[in-house]
Amino acid sequence: MSSNRINWFKYSSPATFYPLAGKLVPWFSAITVILIVVGLYMGFFVAPTDYKQGEGYRIIFVHVPASWMSMFIYLVMAFWAAMGLVFNTRMSGMMVQSLAPTGAMFTFLALWTGAFWGKPMWGTWWVWDARLTSELILFFLYIGYIALHSSIDDKRRADRATAILVLVGVVNIPIIYYSVKWWNTLHQGASVSVKSGSSMASIMLISMLIMAFAFWAYTIAISLARVRSIILERERDTQWVSELPEIKQ
Amino acid sequence: MKEFFNMGGYALYVWGSFGMTALCMIAEPILVRHRRKVTLQRVSRLVRSKTAKQSTNSSGDM
Repeated sequence: MSSNRINWFKYSSPATFYPLAGKLVPWFSAITVILIVVGLYMGFFVAPTDYKQGEGYRIIFVHVPASWMSMFIYLVMAFWAAMGLVFNTRMSGMMVQSLAPTGAMFTFLALWTGAFWGKPMWGTWWVWDARLTSELILFFLYIGYIALHSSIDDKRRADRATAILVLVGVVNIPIIYYSVKWWNTLHQGASVSVKSGSSMASIMLISMLIMAFAFWAYTIAISLARVRSIILERERDTQWVSELPEIKQ
Repeated sequence: MKEFFNMGGYALYVWGSFGMTALCMIAEPILVRHRRKVTLQRVSRLVRSKTAKQSTNSSGDM
């Protein structure tokens, strides 16, 4: 009976995951490029001018996808961190390590594009309101993870120590998400929500979703590409690494 | 064309946002590619020096 089941743990081994990741990277890179081109075209040339914010609203096409990814990547990291603690699988910690720089980058972009949107619309680059502050804390969580992980030489130990940090930090994600509801903030409420649907014109929404999918594909491609280097570094003493054609040559 | 780049007076903010996003999302793949190159060089050097040591050990002329 158990032989009928898919062996999910098969790909938790670096030796099987390394070639799989190598095959997937070009596909997700291609999807990223196509979606970015389509998304930018629609965002700049098809989506109409906003009646209140003029052309300035077009920042939404990078701001919202980057902000979503900043939170989503953290949740994925927390998932892998938990998997690593429970099952002690080697790939889990490497995936967390691979995702963190991209998560930090998108958090930085969410803050940066937010500042560039806040200045013309609110009259200020920065304000200590709940949404912005909690997003800044998310940025510090990413930086804290990266710093802590790189400060521990034994990478398996680093995985376990940082997994706790990542899991404790998860509490910040609902705070970011609901901050605009819980507190009176300068930041507007969610434009898209599961309950009430979207408050945007559909062509604007579609353009934004295409950009969000592009960032999603980008994250998959870049984290799989980066994890291959992490695998090689951490598994350099194994037989299978020494037999790889790109190592032997 | 000029009108497009002017973005209705929001040029600094729109292009400041898109520009930084483009910079990051172009720089990161370049860094990852560079890291792979460096890693491949480092690991293959380590593997080569290890196999060289093993072969001298097994041939007996230590």
